[in-house]
Amino acid sequence: MNTMENDFSATRRLILKGAGALTLIGLGIVPLDVTKALAAANDKYPEEAFKQKSDADVIKTLYGKTAEPSEKVKMDAPEIAENGAVVPVSVTTTLADVTSIAFLVSENPNVLIAKYNIPAGTLPSVANRIKMAKTSNVTVLVEAGGKLYSAAKEVKVTVGGCGG
Amino acid sequence: MASTIRVRASSNGDITEVQALIQHPMDSGFVKNAKGEIIPPHFIQQLTFEHDGKNVFTADWGGGVSKDPYVKFAFKGGKKGDELKISWVDNKGATDTTTAKIQ
Repeated sequence: MNTMENDFSATRRLILKGAGALTLIGLGIVPLDVTKALAAANDKYPEEAFKQKSDADVIKTLYGKTAEPSEKVKMDAPEIAENGAVVPVSVTTTLADVTSIAFLVSENPNVLIAKYNIPAGTLPSVANRIKMAKTSNVTVLVEAGGKLYSAAKEVKVTVGGCGG
Repeated sequence: MASTIRVRASSNGDITEVQALIQHPMDSGFVKNAKGEIIPPHFIQQLTFEHDGKNVFTADWGGGVSKDPYVKFAFKGGKKGDELKISWVDNKGATDTTTAKIQ
């Protein structure tokens, strides 16, 4: 991780923290160790992972380990999506110590759709709406207790959600 | 300007369920307009939820999340009347923040 990345991430976090902090950064009077601490204290946006073109590359970039299919990961997605622009997908799991949940669509131009960070005390259950360019496997990754688990389901798309 | 963020957070005394709906184009950068020109990417990258000064949920999003994104999650703790702070930032650096009372 280089300094540029740290600064970028920290700056973005500061934007979330408020305009006052942003002004401080703009004036360059926030010391580097403060921005570093902020970057470390918060989850960095996984820029590279969102550019990957295959499930395997996303998993490698995001987690650096392999995923093991698990029946404890329950995904709810439609069999057929009439509108690929809005496909409701949700996941819930009985796995303990979940730290993150990610959604992947294999056939989309960029495979990674979303990654949710789950702090202690937040339930391992997320619902969202995703775009699908065409019929594809939808994969959910659940990081729990330092291991990676997955569930996948094919969703048939009759009208794609990525134009063209 | 009215907030782009609509939130419903309700507590049953033990668990707080949160639903958020945000107005945003979520352009992926892969779609062409009527003239055949690529619509440049414009999407929310990060959405955070804070309760009592503590982060309870962060969404990292790409352009594959649907327009006017919706997300639902739940966390332990949070009482009726507590405030929940919600913020997003997109790939162009635009942001919005709002607070919602847990019901």
